[in-house]
Amino acid sequence: MKSRLLKITSAVVLIAAFMGSCKPKNTSDTVSGDAAQKAYVAPGKYDEFYNFVSGGFSGQLSVYGLPSGRLFRVIPVFSVDPEKGWGYSEETKPMLNTSHGFVPWDDLHHTEMSQTNGEVDGRWVFGNANNTPRIARIDLKTFKTAEIIELPNSGGNHSSPFITENTEYVVAGTRFSVPGDYENGDVPINTYKENYKGHISFVKVGKEGEMDIAFQIMTPGVNFDLSHAGKGKSHGWFFFSCYNTEQANTLLEVNASQKDKDFIMAVNWKKAEEYVKAGKGKKQKVRYAHNTWDEHTHTAKSEIKTEVLVLDASELKDICYMIPCPKSPHGCDVDPTGEYIIGSGKLAALIPVFSYDKLQKAIKDKAYEGDYGGIPVLKYEAVLHGEVQKPGLGPLHTEFDGKGNAYTTMFVSSEVVKWDIKSLKVLDRVPTYYSVGHLCIPGGDSKKPFGKYLVAYNKITKDRYLPTGPELCQSAQIYDISGDKMQLILDFPTIGEPHYAQAAPADLIRNNGQLKFYKLEDNKHPYAAKGEKEAKVVREGNKVHVYMTSMRSHFAPDNIEGVFLGDEVYFHVTNLEQDWDVPHGFAVKGADNGELLIMPGETTTLKWVPDRVGTFPFYCTDFCSALHQEMQGYIRVSPKGANVPLHYSLGTNFPAGK
Amino acid sequence: MNKMYLLAVGLLLFFSCGKEKTNAGEDFTKASSTETSSDPSSYDPKRGEGKFTTVDLGTGLDVAMASEGEKVAGVKCMSCHKLTDERLVGPGWKGVTERRTPEWIMNFSTNPDPMIDKDPELQAQLELCLVRMPNQALTDDDARHILEYMRQNDGVK
Ligand SMILES: [Cu+2]
Repeated sequence: MKSRLLKITSAVVLIAAFMGSCKPKNTSDTVSGDAAQKAYVAPGKYDEFYNFVSGGFSGQLSVYGLPSGRLFRVIPVFSVDPEKGWGYSEETKPMLNTSHGFVPWDDLHHTEMSQTNGEVDGRWVFGNANNTPRIARIDLKTFKTAEIIELPNSGGNHSSPFITENTEYVVAGTRFSVPGDYENGDVPINTYKENYKGHISFVKVGKEGEMDIAFQIMTPGVNFDLSHAGKGKSHGWFFFSCYNTEQANTLLEVNASQKDKDFIMAVNWKKAEEYVKAGKGKKQKVRYAHNTWDEHTHTAKSEIKTEVLVLDASELKDICYMIPCPKSPHGCDVDPTGEYIIGSGKLAALIPVFSYDKLQKAIKDKAYEGDYGGIPVLKYEAVLHGEVQKPGLGPLHTEFDGKGNAYTTMFVSSEVVKWDIKSLKVLDRVPTYYSVGHLCIPGGDSKKPFGKYLVAYNKITKDRYLPTGPELCQSAQIYDISGDKMQLILDFPTIGEPHYAQAAPADLIRNNGQLKFYKLEDNKHPYAAKGEKEAKVVREGNKVHVYMTSMRSHFAPDNIEGVFLGDEVYFHVTNLEQDWDVPHGFAVKGADNGELLIMPGETTTLKWVPDRVGTFPFYCTDFCSALHQEMQGYIRVSPKGANVPLHYSLGTNFPAGK
Repeated sequence: MNKMYLLAVGLLLFFSCGKEKTNAGEDFTKASSTETSSDPSSYDPKRGEGKFTTVDLGTGLDVAMASEGEKVAGVKCMSCHKLTDERLVGPGWKGVTERRTPEWIMNFSTNPDPMIDKDPELQAQLELCLVRMPNQALTDDDARHILEYMRQNDGVK
């Protein structure tokens, strides 16, 4: 396979790529005709869509324009980011707090935009942390992470964060089933079948976006992979793909591929809500962090919560049903009408399409073929709408254009396949470069897709771009899907390893009350200096608080003396600018910390513990004006007990002291 | 359509409006509420450019207004301006109400960027200060109060 990929010189006619084995062989033979102008957005012109792309192992969220593929911003979410001081400033540190303490990295796989009536509404993007399970909410007024909630009883938070059609819940299914946090987890690993459980979290989303774990559903130990909510007629249901229904605990690549069929678990969450109301849940002792950002104090706080409500799916018989699905299902996608549920078996040679109406009938008729850990298993044929035959190799994910078509990515055969949902006929196929994972059509998992572009997110790019050593960039590729045939119009590198992505029309995001700066009069940061007259230095024991202001092109104060070795210095910098796009930076020599990047009107704090006696310069790191280079100052550190009074100044040169 | 042709048309369009900074993207001007721009030839150097056409100063100083102005200026202006005639980042405020009309001062303090682009004296000033006066998001009231504070500073009783 590798050698085929590397045959970059072999000339291949475009047709062959469509008809042949679907293995692309040449990097330049697929773009033709007017492709470039379809992706061209002239300088100064705006893109049609915002594309919010997960950064995978980078832990961050990147924002691109469609169709240009231009990168606008990287929003720090689960990983520290020295560029923006995320996880370095005192205000942001609590955002990365967990029950394990401060966790500086995580793996962000999926993004999901908030919806109203099944349509993207431009308020928030949610993202998941896989490794230390969490869900984040990113506010699209500020493009900042506003909230992070940890998930107890979970390991590998993969089937997350998918959302209901009015943002009632975001869900999170555990990838690794594990002993519950409220049980003794010190058990032999080969007791998986007895001691390991799956937990699915239903996180309630409030009016302002605030998250709270409403309940969890405990299931037999399997691996939950992905999920999607029902919509329209299937609103009130959720669908989760599960693999490792063999319940293996070692060498899963063999041991979790034994069965012909695994499951899609259908969850009636409205029913679950009723059971919660009826008091059928059990309160379990757990520990998880809930971190929130306060826009007025520009500061996060972290709270540890100690209880979660758990419903047992094996006891409450009518909340969960297993739909057999060939074979190791990965993607689990619901079409815009809410009728069709598409499972994609990573190892299957076909794509099964299930019918919501048939699911309801099968449940009514009790068309069961047995049970799985106490959960009814429905008969495959009773729920099946039909199968897409020979779609390609390794189907993973499906999105929709709103015109009755589905588009499925094929990891093994590196292509996107378009097919008709009702007739299940394959209509078109295009190659990707290479090993495509997720795909995104703007609004493509909502009730109202904007079926103009499709973006494929690829795992491998060898021979596609200039090489950069052993590691190459990941890539995304944009296809025009407005016609009968898909057309590749652009590819562009991405950060991290892109997983899922969401996109929405540009105006929906930028006209939703975007913040341009923080109003100084609304700044409630306890250490804010609103105006230079409030700039000062205050000693409290061995803590020195510097209330500093920044304005093009100086800090106030810019000379500080009377700080001693053993002091902790807190630079609280308030950016006095009230103008869009004029942040100031702050860095001080020798800080074992990041920089600060302070937005207009914001206050941010850098903790600095000097490690030696001397005079240390500090400066603005963000080029702010013609005199930016002059935006600097000095802080003097004296030995402990030295006779140097605390002194700070701006614009005053005193005679040389002792 | 030929790719190069499109590129050429694109570049032409860009250059034809490239001079005016605020026109770089058509929608950008729409989005900007505080800044307006118009034909430079119609610029009135006495009044400046902005929403204020006549400012009623009344007979004497409004002390309450001036003290409000002092508060706002303390937060948003005094890191760059001194009350004397000494230049800090921007010019000193001493005598400004004698040199400029009230309309000009209020327009400039609320709508600085378009005026810096057009006003010959502001352009000369920029060569000295090298920092464009930032838009500090003053409300109309803020601007009026600061004007009164400037008048007080210039000795109006
Ligand atoms: Cu600066």
